[in-house]
Amino acid sequence: MTAFDEMHGFTTHTEEANVRVAYEGLRTWLQDTPADLLATRRSQAELFFRRIGITFAVYGEAEMSERLIPFDIIPRVLMKTEWEGVERGLRQRVNALNAFLRDVYGPRECIRAGVVPAELIYRNPYYRLEMVGRPVPHGIYVHMAGIDLVRVDEGTFYVLEDNVRTPSGVSYMLENREVMMRLFPNLFTAHRVAPVETYPDALLATMRSVAPSSAGRDPTVVLLTPGQFNSAFYEHSFLADKLGVELVEGSDLFVTDDVVYMRTTDGPKRVDVIYRRIDDDFLDPLVFRPDSILGVPGLMSAYEAGNVTLANAVGTGVADDKAIYSYMPEIIRFFLGEEPILGNVPTWRCREKEALSYVLDHLGELVVKEVNGSGGYGMLVGPHASSKELDLFRRKLKHAPDNFIAQPTLALSTCPTFVASGVAPRHIDLRPFVLTGTDGVRIVPGGLTRVALKEGSLVVNSSQGGGTKDTWVLDA
Amino acid sequence: MRISIAHDTTYAYAIPARAVVQILRLTPRSHEGMRVMRWRVEVDVDGRLRLGEDSLGNITHTLSLAGPVGGVTVSVNGEVETVDTQGVVRGTVERFPDAVYLRTTPLTEADSAIRDFADGLLADNGSDSLSLLHGLLNAIHREIAFDPHPTEVTTTAAEAFAMRRGVCQDLSHIFIAAARHLGIPARYVSGHFMRNDGVTEQDAAHAWVEAKIPDLGWVGFDPTNGISPADAHVRVAIGLDYLGAAPVRGSRYGGGDERMGVKLTVQKAAQWQAQA
Repeated sequence: MTAFDEMHGFTTHTEEANVRVAYEGLRTWLQDTPADLLATRRSQAELFFRRIGITFAVYGEAEMSERLIPFDIIPRVLMKTEWEGVERGLRQRVNALNAFLRDVYGPRECIRAGVVPAELIYRNPYYRLEMVGRPVPHGIYVHMAGIDLVRVDEGTFYVLEDNVRTPSGVSYMLENREVMMRLFPNLFTAHRVAPVETYPDALLATMRSVAPSSAGRDPTVVLLTPGQFNSAFYEHSFLADKLGVELVEGSDLFVTDDVVYMRTTDGPKRVDVIYRRIDDDFLDPLVFRPDSILGVPGLMSAYEAGNVTLANAVGTGVADDKAIYSYMPEIIRFFLGEEPILGNVPTWRCREKEALSYVLDHLGELVVKEVNGSGGYGMLVGPHASSKELDLFRRKLKHAPDNFIAQPTLALSTCPTFVASGVAPRHIDLRPFVLTGTDGVRIVPGGLTRVALKEGSLVVNSSQGGGTKDTWVLDA
Repeated sequence: MRISIAHDTTYAYAIPARAVVQILRLTPRSHEGMRVMRWRVEVDVDGRLRLGEDSLGNITHTLSLAGPVGGVTVSVNGEVETVDTQGVVRGTVERFPDAVYLRTTPLTEADSAIRDFADGLLADNGSDSLSLLHGLLNAIHREIAFDPHPTEVTTTAAEAFAMRRGVCQDLSHIFIAAARHLGIPARYVSGHFMRNDGVTEQDAAHAWVEAKIPDLGWVGFDPTNGISPADAHVRVAIGLDYLGAAPVRGSRYGGGDERMGVKLTVQKAAQWQAQA
């Protein structure tokens, strides 16, 4: 399977090959820079990241370890015209996701109309019954989305996943840019790269716009973290710092008479908006997991009373469930009356009998994913799987087909990447970050490009050894 | 039958708590088999008791107490009139389609032992819901011993099933896990049971199950007593599992160790009240 290369398109990968216009400047740079200088810059980049302390905890290893996500110094580049199409698609997608959530927690018209099967909603553990019939401030459920895109040719980006619970990675987007600008200032004088540094301002403006009506002109926003043992804690403290808001843990907040307060040295201070990086299950021990010590007792009562905004809203997980994902094109048509701008990866729903038998027959060619999994855990990449892994998934699929979807192994686009053997193509994806407030949708140009550093690998997740790149959107 | 209930739950804190917040599901709604004649929920300290309703339609009180709180007693006093409907429960508040009650929850997940147990019933009872559920009721009542010692409120259906013992909560969870595995919507009911042996003082509230049967609707099954509720059960709240129907879910800021005491009297209402 030949993959589309971001630099060379479909032409063979040779020195003389044509270079796509977005990469002309980078080609010259790569040709003119001696390999040992690139290597030096790369170790400098690593040093920067170590100094910043940007790490990522990896679960599932014998000892949970803090790891540096490998950073690749060759940027991924999109022309503004390419990006504009993607951006339109993202806006459409997130508007549809919000409309879908308003509906399933409200009138449920899409269920009645048969757009999505009722039992996929009602039996979904992420469909929070507590949220049904309880409007959220301003009707916005997804304030922050990280939509994973993959590219398969010049004009085709597919949505791989909608991450609308507590998407992470935006700190890497910001740090990658900062490090690139420090290492290669000349590249930024030679290219008109759209800025991403505006993200924290955009995020704060979004948060403030969705404050409940009871809040004053200057709403208090906090970032609620599960604490330093969480894999994304670095990002939480980084963002709180950039936003200029308090980083709090559950024990820093309390609820009295359905109002949330933060303990401060000046006494209790009312909190209006909580950018929460804690999963629904842990938010309030009186409503969700009673053993949670990360949350705030009574928070859901305050939320139901309309006295605080949670961002994202509780219950968004029903929208990024991988089984619901497969209905997104229908969801977009139903709520917006438009054709989807960004396509879905063709998906077999293993809950359907014929789909399941097809998947079982073609397991070696397919990617199988758990409906509620994330981060590349519980996933099978057929062409790269051992016969033992294939057998395991065959058993899993037969036992609980509802828990799985399958997709063709896509030829994700590749991008030149600096690896041990020199510069070589590696598969990449793109996670743009989409913000939704009462004043509209904001997207900083680009997003986070993740790269599978192993040759031929299609798994870009940082928990599975993926790295990241700076992502440029070029003003021609 | 008229049943009166007096139910005090007392919390005492080793050191005064800075604040207490509790969600109470202690108030029943009337339905075809039961009329709520009078009902009161009170607390013995100053605080706010806000009336509400949860997503499944249970009546809730949210209790907020500002500290220092040395302790609190939540008192329920009420009386209902019940009629025997052969276990069929009609006229209840229904907020969701049945599919919701097919969800598994951490407390009601069927492990392979419960799945095998449930599948075994299919062989003995056929696939008709009603006979299947009666088979399940009898099997649990027969095979799972009532024993308050080995289990706690956090014990899962699978854990209790492995021990073959538990309290009404555990037996109900096992029933629910098995029923849902068989594709039958099932839910947890918390409430009270008037014993027929003359004992009126009880250690704890009761719990049982409702399962949805085509053509009949929701039908109660009490695996602890091995019966379907007749007129001795007082239905208070429903949930996907214990957590959703729990009489009290609470939390406090500070307060050190907590001691909880329950005083519960379930008895036939006095004659003069019945005639009133």
